[in-house]
Amino acid sequence: MNQYTISALVSNKSGVLTRVASLFARRGYNIEALSVCKTEDPTLSRMTIVLNGDDYILAQMMKQMDKLIDVKKIKRMEDDAVYRELLLVKIRTDAAKRSEIFEISQIFRAKVVDVSPETTVLELTGKPSKLDGFVAMLLPYGIIELARTGVTAISRGTECIKDVTDYKEKI
Amino acid sequence: MKMIGADILINCLKEQGVKTVFGYPGGAVLDIYDAIYRDGTIEHILTSHEQGAAHAADGYARVTGTVGVCIATSGPGATNLVTGIATAYMDSIPVVAITGNVGLNFLGRDSFQEVDICGITMPITKHNFIVKDVNDLADTVREAFRIANSGRKGPVLIDILKNVQITEAEYTPEKPVAPKRKPVPAEALGEAVKAIAESERPLIMLGGGAIASEASKEIAALAKKLDAPVVCTLMGLGAFPASDPLFCGMMGMHGTATSAKLCMESDCIVAIGTRFSDRVALNRDKFAEGKQVVQIDIDAAEIDKNVPTTHWVLGDVGETLKTMLPLLPETKGRAFAARAKELMDKEKAKAKRIGLGEKIIAEAARLAPKDSVVATDVGQHQMWTAQFYPIEKPRTICTSGGLGTMGYGFGAAIGAAFGSGKHVVFVTGDGSFNMNLNELSTAVTQNLPITILLMNNRALGMVRQWQKIFYQRRFSQTDVKKKTDYVKFAESFGATGLCITKEEEIEPVLKKAFSLSSPVLVDCRISSDENVLPMIKPGQTYDKIMTEMEEK
Repeated sequence: MNQYTISALVSNKSGVLTRVASLFARRGYNIEALSVCKTEDPTLSRMTIVLNGDDYILAQMMKQMDKLIDVKKIKRMEDDAVYRELLLVKIRTDAAKRSEIFEISQIFRAKVVDVSPETTVLELTGKPSKLDGFVAMLLPYGIIELARTGVTAISRGTECIKDVTDYKEKI
Repeated sequence: MKMIGADILINCLKEQGVKTVFGYPGGAVLDIYDAIYRDGTIEHILTSHEQGAAHAADGYARVTGTVGVCIATSGPGATNLVTGIATAYMDSIPVVAITGNVGLNFLGRDSFQEVDICGITMPITKHNFIVKDVNDLADTVREAFRIANSGRKGPVLIDILKNVQITEAEYTPEKPVAPKRKPVPAEALGEAVKAIAESERPLIMLGGGAIASEASKEIAALAKKLDAPVVCTLMGLGAFPASDPLFCGMMGMHGTATSAKLCMESDCIVAIGTRFSDRVALNRDKFAEGKQVVQIDIDAAEIDKNVPTTHWVLGDVGETLKTMLPLLPETKGRAFAARAKELMDKEKAKAKRIGLGEKIIAEAARLAPKDSVVATDVGQHQMWTAQFYPIEKPRTICTSGGLGTMGYGFGAAIGAAFGSGKHVVFVTGDGSFNMNLNELSTAVTQNLPITILLMNNRALGMVRQWQKIFYQRRFSQTDVKKKTDYVKFAESFGATGLCITKEEEIEPVLKKAFSLSSPVLVDCRISSDENVLPMIKPGQTYDKIMTEMEEK
């Protein structure tokens, strides 16, 4: 089982997320993570999908997605692309533990975004693996709640998703 | 000019050249029906049930090659279209389904006859739209037709809210853009030409894509140039003339024994517009093991989906062949073609012991008016039709391949009658017929030249056959034993009812039936123990073909 990241430019319309998600469900493929938001062009959203599977599933999924009228561009993200994810985590922290938490946060360059007598909320951006490491360090302190955005990715250098040819233009 | 949404819709349909639509009125499409009434130029065929309308639009599209249109109201009207839309989707048939829905101020409030038909049809349409603003209507309709009839074709649904139908907007007529087939450059062929040219025993395999692409001429040229045998999947029937000496019948679960042998012996399968479904490539891993597989398809997702290819070309089948043909060397007197002919002749000679149902169908093919169109339902009679009714031309058979929709045939026959203007031979079984026999009233009202050959075995024959093979003759719910008198039934609907009970009656009864150009139902009393053979069991390889019944 491998993990692949697919990026897609899709129409910024209601229902598009349902189309993509139901396509995955219908074909029996699993989405590990999905993030979506509009781009600099308000008519387009960018979707980043993390897919677990093999090369067959990846190829099928990309081709099936490419057939959707609302999917304009699609590409598999390179291994060396920039991958980032945002994490917000709320930890139980009394006065005694607070400095330890702050110390760990400094090592990971996480930001303290909220403090109360019993809790601390931390924010961290980075590769998913870095976020995993951070969470592992915090687990012993008692995580009250946690929210991750799912990974988003962009190619390095001049490589750009807009340069991909839309399958529907090819045929 | 300014007009209400309902009138914009009618004008957009006319822009697209729509002359006939199939549908059923209701609350949420009252304004559309009012517009149809006031316009008066579009022929609207009222079916008995929305499902019939959806299948009719499908049948119309299959015989004409243009987009079929059906209309239904919101809620149950819309959900009744679902089976028809799914049938069209599985077989890549261009259909535009138009539904009404409640107004925007009632949407999402569980209003009367409100249903999320876009959500329901999302996985069974190529695309669908909900139109909430009248200013989007015209372009949406144009886009729907473009999507339905381009690339790999398929159904598109447009859900039009009530407020859109009654609100005025500016309408500017536009000429539709004819669907363009992109030429396929020689570079796109890769090594495919080499693989075909170097093969000794190429087998040409045709699927529904060969029909959709109108590629019969190129396919005939390919078969001739290669001197290679040709087989069709159920969906490909008609893409190559059944009377051609190179034609070796249907391929797959109930294909000819010849096609199975040739497939095993071939060293190169040239797969044209076919997706290697599990009814053809029953064992997808072993189907083409060790062979060259050249797949030509317009849908990238079909390449390597079921059977891995060695070479593939992405593009329109006809365009691909146009580019490919001059590059292929001409072969004459190919030994494999001679082998195919020998096998086929032997198989035809052996086929004399066929059952009454098969004989009726074979005789119908001989006696039916020239250029008749065939429609079938799903089951044993469907396979017998595929086996014993030679299909000579593309777009002359309507049959539900992918979805296997019992009840498809009557609607399709009605659509085919309007689309072709020809006599329609509608072969059905008593199981399938009972699902949508209400459409007999439509056929009678419209006085359509439809001859219904009802293979009445008082059983669900195909399922029963499987119970014989796999379930030790435990005939669970398949001996239906209906007491219906189909002759009286036909007469009560205003059709002619006839009956065949034995072989001697076939010719006189069929002659009488075909002499009438109005709906005729022929109750063909066949045994419930007739089988469809040959048969390859699901998941089996082609060498395990069953030519005699084997029961567990």
